[in-house]
Amino acid sequence: MQIAARNSEGWVIFDISGDIDLAHSPAMRKVLLGEIKEKHTPKVFLNLKNVRYIDSSGIASLVEGLKASRDNGARLILYGLSSSVREVMELSRLQKIFEIYDSEEQALSS
Amino acid sequence: MRAPKPLKKHNKQEARSHAELLLRLYLESNPEALCLVRATLQRATEVVHFPELESRAIVRSVDEALANVIRHAYKGRAGRPIEVTCRRLLGDPDSKTPSGLEIVLSDSGVPVDPKKLHGRPFEEIRPGGLGLHFMNQSMDVVEFRRKDGKNLLRMVKYLAPSQPERKPQGE
Repeated sequence: MQIAARNSEGWVIFDISGDIDLAHSPAMRKVLLGEIKEKHTPKVFLNLKNVRYIDSSGIASLVEGLKASRDNGARLILYGLSSSVREVMELSRLQKIFEIYDSEEQALSS
Repeated sequence: MRAPKPLKKHNKQEARSHAELLLRLYLESNPEALCLVRATLQRATEVVHFPELESRAIVRSVDEALANVIRHAYKGRAGRPIEVTCRRLLGDPDSKTPSGLEIVLSDSGVPVDPKKLHGRPFEEIRPGGLGLHFMNQSMDVVEFRRKDGKNLLRMVKYLAPSQPERKPQGE
């Protein structure tokens, strides 16, 4: 898994690629929680377009990120979910609690 | 709609006698190994002709089960042995035994208490407790047992009977 950041005033986009599994979800969790809890960035976008696989530990990290964003008055926004990631979201019955958009354009204008 | 889950009606020994070994993997409890198992298992599901959606579900179930072994049975310690055995269930039209794929995970970690094996309620929005749900939702059989000092997890996915091809009308 790789994470690249694009920053602007008041928001950050994390472009994530590869597999978010037991080996890599701790790294994503650290980046996500650091951005929300320490940097207090108001809008955090996760571009999941190039994520091939996510497991329950990855979903757990997203849930932690969501909770932290709510506690800090920030927004965690996901977009570009592949069919594989979307499936896992649906299996987890979590797709309705996250802000999810199809494209970066839609996410940024939300 | 999902195919019915017929295993409980079958004699397990009978099912085993119509199985052939596809693959046996010996790995260590290292999270970095999981991507290799997923890739290998993906190919195994293709050999057995599972549709893409079911193939992903099988791979996901095994991945979650292995993650649970690493996290819970071995408490995150690396270098502990795990064995993954895949058998192709050949099926028998006479006894209506379906074909499919059987995966058995074996580890020497702390004993699993089946009574504690339940995922978190879906309505609770909190991290964790989803892996077991994924397995139960995706597989036709999920069985835990302890034998000779090892945890054994057996999962089975049956192939749904293929639908007869429809010929276009008028030909």
